[in-house]
Amino acid sequence: MTVITKGLVDGRVVAWRNLMNVRRNPDWLFAATVQPIMFVLLFAYVFGDAIGQSMGGGTGGEVYREFLIAGIFAQTVAFNSAFTVIGFANDLQKGIIDRFRSLPMSRLAVILGRTTSDLAVSVVALVVMSLCGLIVGWRIRGSFVDAVLGYLVLLLFAFAMSWIGALIGLVARSVEVAQSAGLMWMFPVSFISSAFVPVHLLPGFLQTLAEWNPFTAVVNAAREQFGNTFGNPPTGWPAENATLYAILSCVVIIAVFAPLATARYRKVASK
Amino acid sequence: MPISATEVAVRTEALVKTYGATRALDGVDLEIPAGKVLGLLGPNGAGKTTMVRILTTLLRPDSGRAWVAGHDVLADPNAVRKSIGLSGQYAAVDENLTGYENLYMVGRLYGMKPAAARNRAQQLIARFQLSDAADRPAKTYSGGMRRRLDLAGALVAEPTVVVLDEPTTGLDPRGRMDTWEVISELVSDGTTVLLTTQYLEEADQLAHNIMVIDKGKVIAEGSADELKAQVGGERLELVVADASELPTALRVLSDVGSGQPSADEHTRRVEVLVDAGPKALIEALRRLDAESVSVTDVGLHRPTLDDVFLSLTGHAAEETQGGAA
Ligand SMILES: Nc1ncnc2c1ncn2[C@@H]1O[C@H](COP(=O)(O)OP(=O)(O)OP(=O)(O)O)[C@@H](O)[C@H]1O
Ligand SMILES: [Mg+2]
Repeated sequence: MTVITKGLVDGRVVAWRNLMNVRRNPDWLFAATVQPIMFVLLFAYVFGDAIGQSMGGGTGGEVYREFLIAGIFAQTVAFNSAFTVIGFANDLQKGIIDRFRSLPMSRLAVILGRTTSDLAVSVVALVVMSLCGLIVGWRIRGSFVDAVLGYLVLLLFAFAMSWIGALIGLVARSVEVAQSAGLMWMFPVSFISSAFVPVHLLPGFLQTLAEWNPFTAVVNAAREQFGNTFGNPPTGWPAENATLYAILSCVVIIAVFAPLATARYRKVASK
Repeated sequence: MPISATEVAVRTEALVKTYGATRALDGVDLEIPAGKVLGLLGPNGAGKTTMVRILTTLLRPDSGRAWVAGHDVLADPNAVRKSIGLSGQYAAVDENLTGYENLYMVGRLYGMKPAAARNRAQQLIARFQLSDAADRPAKTYSGGMRRRLDLAGALVAEPTVVVLDEPTTGLDPRGRMDTWEVISELVSDGTTVLLTTQYLEEADQLAHNIMVIDKGKVIAEGSADELKAQVGGERLELVVADASELPTALRVLSDVGSGQPSADEHTRRVEVLVDAGPKALIEALRRLDAESVSVTDVGLHRPTLDDVFLSLTGHAAEETQGGAA
């Protein structure tokens, strides 16, 4: 067996093990979907009319709900990287990582197995969120192929965020620290973006930051591919090339964080 | 210098590992001939787990070298991992997988094909008396069951070298006996075992060789008998019915014994080291009887590893050291 085949088999075994964990603890899936559903309801029905009106170009609440869903999708998959964080912190604490490190298995496989199994969780979460979106009036208005591309961008983003989560989980000193550290940084990243309001409605000094935020790119790309755009489209290179910029950002994130997480894994128990 | 794995299964040279000011290992040389059991004995914080982690590639030493099954631990860790099975100090089982699934997963990660991994998992489940619980998530297992499952995990790939860090800690007497039996079977199949323990009796029972470490340094080495011989021969102990009989008992024992007898007023116990145990015992009883001293308890004791430990380290094996976190 070549090194690569062994690595893939190991990754699959680890992913299987992680998914068995999810299956035996369905509370996790519950957590992965309930929070975004809350966000949909709160934003759509509490702020919906107000934000919709200030966006112009439509009839308020309904327009905003259609606008919102892509933002919620991106937020859902980004927050799912907290599972990667907690998963690793747990495995470290329970000694599972030591067990893995004493076995003749690929180093990368442990992390790859985790990031792919968490990707499967994101798929489930996206399905649930799409149904929820359809209920509040969101529709895919573009072509089937574009919609598939939109989902693929979201999943690529989920995968990229998961590698960041892997690093955080392997650095955290305890499961509790991991739990809050894994989520905390996600709030500014998702709020200073086009996820909940168009960038031009943000305070001036945050607009540039939000424009170049990869999170905005993912949201904009999804909106574009689902045909959920209204009024004047956002301008500037990152907004005009949202899909390209989103994909590039994800690739850069993976290229940076995969080696970092793997290096960290190597020495994590050698403390 | 690498040596043939058929003669020496595990070997270390001047291993050093420090944590800040703590010298967890302070130049340890160790050698386990193939097919033998080495008992690594030491109090809390002695450096046992540190040694285990270095030999199983989980930790890099600051200096020194180590070979396991003919492979250099630092240069070729993956080859080492293929040859070893580890059961760490704290059971590392996946709580949400069943016992069977845990073993299957380990088998697959050793590179076994699915069918082979399934068979092996089933064998081990039966071998470790976990059949009734095989399909329950491990989080429903008792501490002893987890420990057994973890030990089974170490044996999945039938490794040539098995490393067990305190394998019987937390087991009930029955579980301890079972584990001892498993280790004996491993040895009769030719497996080399490194076993750390705080139980002197355990090392005495299982190990061909014993190495005592304390504060990262080797303080004694040899077979159980050799170590006991360092402390001296047998000890004759007796308890008299009345404290007023102690002087007579002391006089008799100093005649039959090979050293100075000692007495404890409170427990009315007198003891002395003797050379020819049974003969000295009979002689002592006959003379005490002749002097009408009534004896309520008598015994001949071979020195235990506890005596060895006490005389070597100045503290008992189970005693916790100050400052060892
Ligand atoms: N990660 C660490 N950081 C700091 N000090 C450590 C670390 N690991 C071990 N030590 C120290 O190294 C020394 C040896 O520890 P080790 O775990 O090897 O002891 P041990 O013989 O296994 O003890 P026990 O019987 O309690 O398991 C101890 O003083 C311990 O405090
Ligand atoms: Mg220990």
